[in-house]
Amino acid sequence: MKYGMEIAVAALIIVFAAVFLVQDAAIQATLGDGQEAWGGADGEAAGLIEATGYEPWIEPFWEPPSGEIESLLFALQAAIGAVIIGYIFGYWQAGRKAA
Amino acid sequence: MHIMEGFLPSPWWEIWILVSLPFIVIGLYQLNKLVREKREALPLLAVAGAFVFVLSSLKLPSFNGSCSHPTGTGLGGILFGPCIAAVLGLIVLVFQAVFLAHGGITTLGANVFSMGIAGPAVAYLIYKAGTRAGANTYATVFIAAALADLVTYVVTSIQLALAFPGTTGFFGAFSAFAAVFAVTQVPLAIIEGAIIMLVFKYIVQLKPEILTRLNLLSESTVNKLREAAA
Repeated sequence: MKYGMEIAVAALIIVFAAVFLVQDAAIQATLGDGQEAWGGADGEAAGLIEATGYEPWIEPFWEPPSGEIESLLFALQAAIGAVIIGYIFGYWQAGRKAA
Repeated sequence: MHIMEGFLPSPWWEIWILVSLPFIVIGLYQLNKLVREKREALPLLAVAGAFVFVLSSLKLPSFNGSCSHPTGTGLGGILFGPCIAAVLGLIVLVFQAVFLAHGGITTLGANVFSMGIAGPAVAYLIYKAGTRAGANTYATVFIAAALADLVTYVVTSIQLALAFPGTTGFFGAFSAFAAVFAVTQVPLAIIEGAIIMLVFKYIVQLKPEILTRLNLLSESTVNKLREAAA
Protein backbone atom coordinates (compact mmCIF):
# COMPACT_ATOMS: atom_id res chain seq x y z
CA MET A 1 0.00 0.00 0.00
CA LYS A 2 2.23 2.77 -1.25
CA TYR A 3 -0.44 5.43 -1.03
CA GLY A 4 -2.36 3.97 1.89
CA MET A 5 -1.85 6.99 4.09
CA GLU A 6 -2.81 9.45 1.36
CA ILE A 7 -6.04 7.55 0.74
CA ALA A 8 -6.85 7.44 4.45
CA VAL A 9 -6.26 11.19 4.86
CA ALA A 10 -8.30 11.99 1.74
CA ALA A 11 -11.15 9.82 3.09
CA LEU A 12 -10.99 11.65 6.40
CA ILE A 13 -11.24 15.03 4.67
CA ILE A 14 -14.19 13.84 2.59
CA VAL A 15 -15.98 12.69 5.76
CA PHE A 16 -15.20 16.06 7.33
CA ALA A 17 -16.70 17.89 4.34
CA ALA A 18 -19.75 15.62 4.29
CA VAL A 19 -20.42 16.22 7.99
CA PHE A 20 -20.20 19.94 7.30
CA LEU A 21 -22.73 19.78 4.47
CA VAL A 22 -25.22 17.72 6.47
CA GLN A 23 -24.81 19.90 9.54
CA ASP A 24 -25.07 23.08 7.47
CA ALA A 25 -28.37 21.96 5.96
CA ALA A 26 -29.75 21.32 9.46
CA ILE A 27 -28.52 24.66 10.78
CA GLN A 28 -29.72 26.71 7.81
CA ALA A 29 -33.22 25.27 8.24
CA THR A 30 -33.52 26.63 11.79
CA LEU A 31 -31.90 29.99 11.09
CA GLY A 32 -34.06 33.12 11.05
CA ASP A 33 -33.73 36.03 8.61
CA GLY A 34 -30.48 37.95 8.84
CA GLN A 35 -28.88 35.40 11.14
CA GLU A 36 -25.59 33.88 10.17
CA ALA A 37 -24.12 30.59 11.29
CA TRP A 38 -20.47 29.47 11.13
CA GLY A 39 -18.96 32.45 12.91
CA GLY A 40 -15.57 32.22 14.58
CA ALA A 41 -15.11 30.52 17.94
CA ASP A 42 -12.80 33.41 18.94
CA GLY A 43 -15.65 35.86 18.53
CA GLU A 44 -18.07 33.57 20.36
CA ALA A 45 -15.79 33.51 23.39
CA ALA A 46 -15.51 37.30 23.21
CA GLY A 47 -19.32 37.47 23.21
CA LEU A 48 -19.42 35.23 26.26
CA ILE A 49 -17.07 37.61 28.07
CA GLU A 50 -18.91 40.74 26.98
CA ALA A 51 -22.15 39.23 28.28
CA THR A 52 -20.71 39.54 31.79
CA GLY A 53 -20.47 43.31 31.26
CA TYR A 54 -16.73 43.35 30.57
CA GLU A 55 -15.44 46.05 28.23
CA PRO A 56 -12.14 45.44 26.42
CA TRP A 57 -9.70 47.95 27.85
CA ILE A 58 -7.79 48.44 24.62
CA GLU A 59 -8.77 48.28 20.96
CA PRO A 60 -6.62 46.96 18.10
CA PHE A 61 -4.82 49.95 16.59
CA TRP A 62 -5.67 48.78 13.09
CA GLU A 63 -8.37 46.53 11.77
CA PRO A 64 -8.90 45.26 8.23
CA PRO A 65 -11.51 47.74 6.94
CA SER A 66 -13.69 45.02 5.37
CA GLY A 67 -14.21 41.28 5.18
CA GLU A 68 -12.63 41.28 1.72
CA ILE A 69 -9.44 42.91 2.96
CA GLU A 70 -9.34 40.49 5.86
CA SER A 71 -9.65 37.47 3.58
CA LEU A 72 -6.98 38.98 1.32
CA LEU A 73 -4.57 39.07 4.24
CA PHE A 74 -5.47 35.56 5.37
CA ALA A 75 -4.94 34.27 1.83
CA LEU A 76 -1.63 36.09 1.73
CA GLN A 77 -0.59 34.43 4.96
CA ALA A 78 -1.45 30.98 3.60
CA ALA A 79 0.29 31.74 0.29
CA ILE A 80 3.53 32.76 2.00
CA GLY A 81 3.56 29.49 3.93
CA ALA A 82 2.62 27.37 0.92
CA VAL A 83 5.34 28.89 -1.28
CA ILE A 84 7.99 28.11 1.32
CA ILE A 85 6.81 24.52 1.81
CA GLY A 86 6.60 23.91 -1.94
CA TYR A 87 10.00 25.41 -2.60
CA ILE A 88 11.78 23.34 0.04
CA PHE A 89 10.08 20.04 -0.75
CA GLY A 90 10.84 20.63 -4.44
CA TYR A 91 14.45 21.39 -3.61
CA TRP A 92 14.77 18.17 -1.59
CA GLN A 93 13.04 16.14 -4.27
CA ALA A 94 15.35 17.47 -6.99
CA GLY A 95 18.41 16.87 -4.80
CA ARG A 96 17.37 13.28 -4.29
CA LYS A 97 16.81 12.74 -8.02
CA ALA A 98 20.22 14.20 -8.85
CA ALA A 99 22.03 12.09 -6.26
CA MET B 1 -7.63 30.15 20.30
CA HIS B 2 -6.90 33.81 19.80
CA ILE B 3 -7.76 35.88 22.80
CA MET B 4 -8.72 39.18 21.23
CA GLU B 5 -7.09 42.51 21.93
CA GLY B 6 -8.13 43.93 25.28
CA PHE B 7 -9.89 40.77 26.39
CA LEU B 8 -7.44 39.96 29.16
CA PRO B 9 -7.58 42.39 32.07
CA SER B 10 -4.56 43.31 34.13
CA PRO B 11 -2.77 41.47 35.75
CA TRP B 12 -3.46 38.46 33.50
CA TRP B 13 -1.97 39.75 30.27
CA GLU B 14 1.22 40.74 32.08
CA ILE B 15 1.38 37.36 33.83
CA TRP B 16 1.13 35.44 30.55
CA ILE B 17 3.76 37.61 28.90
CA LEU B 18 6.07 36.88 31.82
CA VAL B 19 5.32 33.16 31.62
CA SER B 20 5.99 33.02 27.87
CA LEU B 21 9.07 35.20 27.85
CA PRO B 22 11.59 32.61 29.15
CA PHE B 23 10.48 30.09 26.52
CA ILE B 24 11.01 32.68 23.78
CA VAL B 25 14.45 33.55 25.14
CA ILE B 26 15.49 29.88 25.35
CA GLY B 27 13.98 29.35 21.90
CA LEU B 28 16.06 32.16 20.40
CA TYR B 29 19.15 30.71 22.06
CA GLN B 30 18.37 27.23 20.68
CA LEU B 31 17.71 28.69 17.23
CA ASN B 32 21.07 30.40 17.31
CA LYS B 33 22.73 27.12 18.22
CA LEU B 34 20.84 25.26 15.51
CA VAL B 35 21.94 27.78 12.87
CA ARG B 36 25.55 27.42 13.94
CA GLU B 37 25.76 23.67 14.45
CA LYS B 38 23.11 22.05 12.27
CA ARG B 39 22.71 24.28 9.25
CA GLU B 40 21.26 21.45 7.20
CA ALA B 41 18.20 21.51 9.47
CA LEU B 42 17.31 25.08 8.45
CA PRO B 43 15.04 24.15 5.52
CA LEU B 44 13.15 21.89 7.92
CA LEU B 45 12.79 24.79 10.32
CA ALA B 46 11.39 26.89 7.48
CA VAL B 47 8.90 24.14 6.65
CA ALA B 48 7.77 23.96 10.28
CA GLY B 49 7.30 27.73 10.39
CA ALA B 50 5.55 27.83 7.02
CA PHE B 51 3.21 25.12 8.25
CA VAL B 52 2.06 27.32 11.09
CA PHE B 53 1.46 30.10 8.55
CA VAL B 54 -0.70 27.92 6.33
CA LEU B 55 -2.68 26.01 8.93
CA SER B 56 -3.41 28.94 11.22
CA SER B 57 -4.81 30.97 8.32
CA LEU B 58 -7.39 28.32 7.45
CA LYS B 59 -10.58 28.79 9.40
CA LEU B 60 -12.48 25.56 9.11
CA PRO B 61 -16.12 24.88 9.91
CA SER B 62 -16.62 22.44 12.74
CA PHE B 63 -19.71 20.31 13.30
CA ASN B 64 -21.41 22.63 15.79
CA GLY B 65 -21.96 25.64 13.56
CA SER B 66 -18.87 27.69 14.32
CA CYS B 67 -15.47 28.03 12.72
CA SER B 68 -12.03 27.68 14.18
CA HIS B 69 -8.57 27.10 12.86
CA PRO B 70 -5.85 24.50 13.34
CA THR B 71 -2.56 25.73 14.75
CA GLY B 72 0.15 23.82 12.89
CA THR B 73 2.56 24.24 15.78
CA GLY B 74 2.54 20.52 16.60
CA LEU B 75 4.98 19.86 13.75
CA GLY B 76 7.46 22.44 15.05
CA GLY B 77 7.07 21.00 18.54
CA ILE B 78 7.83 17.45 17.39
CA LEU B 79 10.79 18.50 15.28
CA PHE B 80 12.41 21.23 17.37
CA GLY B 81 10.80 21.20 20.83
CA PRO B 82 8.46 23.71 22.46
CA CYS B 83 10.92 26.62 22.81
CA ILE B 84 11.69 26.94 19.11
CA ALA B 85 8.02 26.28 18.35
CA ALA B 86 7.20 29.22 20.63
CA VAL B 87 9.33 31.50 18.45
CA LEU B 88 7.60 30.20 15.30
CA GLY B 89 4.21 30.73 16.94
CA LEU B 90 5.20 34.24 18.00
CA ILE B 91 6.04 35.24 14.41
CA VAL B 92 2.63 34.12 13.15
CA LEU B 93 0.76 35.66 16.08
CA VAL B 94 2.49 39.02 15.57
CA PHE B 95 1.57 38.90 11.86
CA GLN B 96 -2.06 38.18 12.70
CA ALA B 97 -2.25 40.72 15.54
CA VAL B 98 -0.73 43.55 13.50
CA PHE B 99 -2.26 43.02 10.06
CA LEU B 100 -5.49 41.20 10.82
CA ALA B 101 -6.54 42.47 14.27
CA HIS B 102 -6.74 38.75 15.03
CA GLY B 103 -5.51 38.20 18.56
CA GLY B 104 -3.75 41.23 19.97
CA ILE B 105 -0.51 42.76 21.14
CA THR B 106 -1.46 42.76 24.82
CA THR B 107 -2.79 39.19 24.62
CA LEU B 108 0.31 37.99 22.75
CA GLY B 109 1.78 36.39 25.86
CA ALA B 110 -1.32 34.30 26.54
CA ASN B 111 -1.70 33.32 22.89
CA VAL B 112 1.96 32.37 22.54
CA PHE B 113 1.65 30.25 25.64
CA SER B 114 -1.36 28.27 24.40
CA MET B 115 -0.40 27.88 20.74
CA GLY B 116 3.39 28.09 20.82
CA ILE B 117 4.31 26.47 24.12
CA ALA B 118 1.62 24.28 25.70
CA GLY B 119 0.52 22.57 22.46
CA PRO B 120 4.03 21.93 21.09
CA ALA B 121 5.25 20.77 24.53
CA VAL B 122 2.54 18.10 24.52
CA ALA B 123 3.45 17.11 20.95
CA TYR B 124 7.14 16.93 21.85
CA LEU B 125 6.55 14.78 24.95
CA ILE B 126 4.17 12.41 23.18
CA TYR B 127 6.58 12.01 20.29
CA LYS B 128 9.50 11.30 22.62
CA ALA B 129 7.50 8.82 24.70
CA GLY B 130 6.09 7.14 21.59
CA THR B 131 9.44 6.62 19.87
CA ARG B 132 11.01 5.41 23.10
CA ALA B 133 8.23 2.86 23.52
CA GLY B 134 8.78 1.75 19.93
CA ALA B 135 5.26 2.70 18.81
CA ASN B 136 4.40 3.20 15.16
CA THR B 137 6.06 6.47 14.14
CA TYR B 138 3.22 7.84 12.02
CA ALA B 139 0.57 6.95 14.60
CA THR B 140 2.66 8.73 17.23
CA VAL B 141 2.97 11.84 15.04
CA PHE B 142 -0.77 11.81 14.41
CA ILE B 143 -1.64 11.63 18.11
CA ALA B 144 1.03 14.17 19.05
CA ALA B 145 -0.14 16.76 16.51
CA ALA B 146 -3.85 16.24 17.14
CA LEU B 147 -3.44 16.55 20.91
CA ALA B 148 -1.19 19.61 20.50
CA ASP B 149 -4.02 21.28 18.65
CA LEU B 150 -6.63 20.28 21.22
CA VAL B 151 -4.49 21.21 24.22
CA THR B 152 -3.94 24.67 22.73
CA TYR B 153 -7.67 25.31 22.94
CA VAL B 154 -8.03 23.75 26.38
CA VAL B 155 -5.28 26.07 27.62
CA THR B 156 -7.04 29.08 26.07
CA SER B 157 -10.19 28.05 27.94
CA ILE B 158 -8.20 27.83 31.18
CA GLN B 159 -6.66 31.26 30.56
CA LEU B 160 -10.05 32.86 29.99
CA ALA B 161 -11.63 31.04 32.94
CA LEU B 162 -8.86 32.28 35.23
CA ALA B 163 -9.40 35.86 34.08
CA PHE B 164 -13.22 35.65 33.99
CA PRO B 165 -14.43 33.22 36.66
CA GLY B 166 -17.75 35.10 36.67
CA THR B 167 -20.39 33.99 39.15
CA THR B 168 -19.88 30.28 38.54
CA GLY B 169 -16.24 30.16 39.62
CA PHE B 170 -13.28 28.80 37.71
CA PHE B 171 -14.75 25.41 36.82
CA GLY B 172 -18.09 26.80 35.69
CA ALA B 173 -16.36 29.38 33.52
CA PHE B 174 -13.91 26.79 32.21
CA SER B 175 -16.67 24.49 31.01
CA ALA B 176 -18.41 27.43 29.31
CA PHE B 177 -15.26 28.46 27.42
CA ALA B 178 -14.26 24.87 26.71
CA ALA B 179 -17.72 24.30 25.22
CA VAL B 180 -16.97 27.10 22.75
CA PHE B 181 -13.34 26.30 22.05
CA ALA B 182 -12.39 22.72 22.79
CA VAL B 183 -15.54 21.03 21.50
CA THR B 184 -15.37 22.94 18.23
CA GLN B 185 -11.77 21.90 17.96
CA VAL B 186 -12.10 18.10 18.17
CA PRO B 187 -12.71 17.44 14.44
CA LEU B 188 -10.16 20.08 13.44
CA ALA B 189 -7.57 18.48 15.70
CA ILE B 190 -8.11 15.14 13.97
CA ILE B 191 -7.67 16.77 10.55
CA GLU B 192 -4.55 18.59 11.70
CA GLY B 193 -3.07 15.36 13.09
CA ALA B 194 -3.71 13.60 9.78
CA ILE B 195 -2.15 16.39 7.68
CA ILE B 196 0.95 16.62 9.84
CA MET B 197 1.30 12.84 9.78
CA LEU B 198 1.29 13.00 5.98
CA VAL B 199 3.89 15.78 5.92
CA PHE B 200 6.05 13.77 8.29
CA LYS B 201 5.90 10.87 5.87
CA TYR B 202 7.17 13.12 3.06
CA ILE B 203 9.99 14.37 5.25
CA VAL B 204 10.97 10.75 5.98
CA GLN B 205 10.91 10.02 2.25
CA LEU B 206 12.81 13.09 1.09
CA LYS B 207 15.18 14.10 3.85
CA PRO B 208 15.44 11.41 6.54
CA GLU B 209 19.06 12.36 7.30
CA ILE B 210 17.85 15.58 8.96
CA LEU B 211 15.57 13.57 11.23
CA THR B 212 18.39 11.29 12.34
CA ARG B 213 20.67 14.31 12.76
CA LEU B 214 18.10 15.88 15.09
CA ASN B 215 17.88 12.57 16.99
CA LEU B 216 14.22 12.20 16.10
CA LEU B 217 14.46 8.85 14.35
CA SER B 218 17.11 6.15 14.39
CA GLU B 219 18.52 5.02 11.06
CA SER B 220 17.00 1.58 11.44
CA THR B 221 13.52 3.09 11.92
CA VAL B 222 14.02 5.32 8.89
CA ASN B 223 14.99 2.32 6.76
CA LYS B 224 11.99 0.38 8.01
CA LEU B 225 9.59 3.25 7.22
CA ARG B 226 11.07 3.82 3.79
CA GLU B 227 10.90 0.14 2.93
CA ALA B 228 7.26 0.01 3.97
CA ALA B 229 6.47 2.93 1.65
CA ALA B 230 8.43 1.64 -1.33
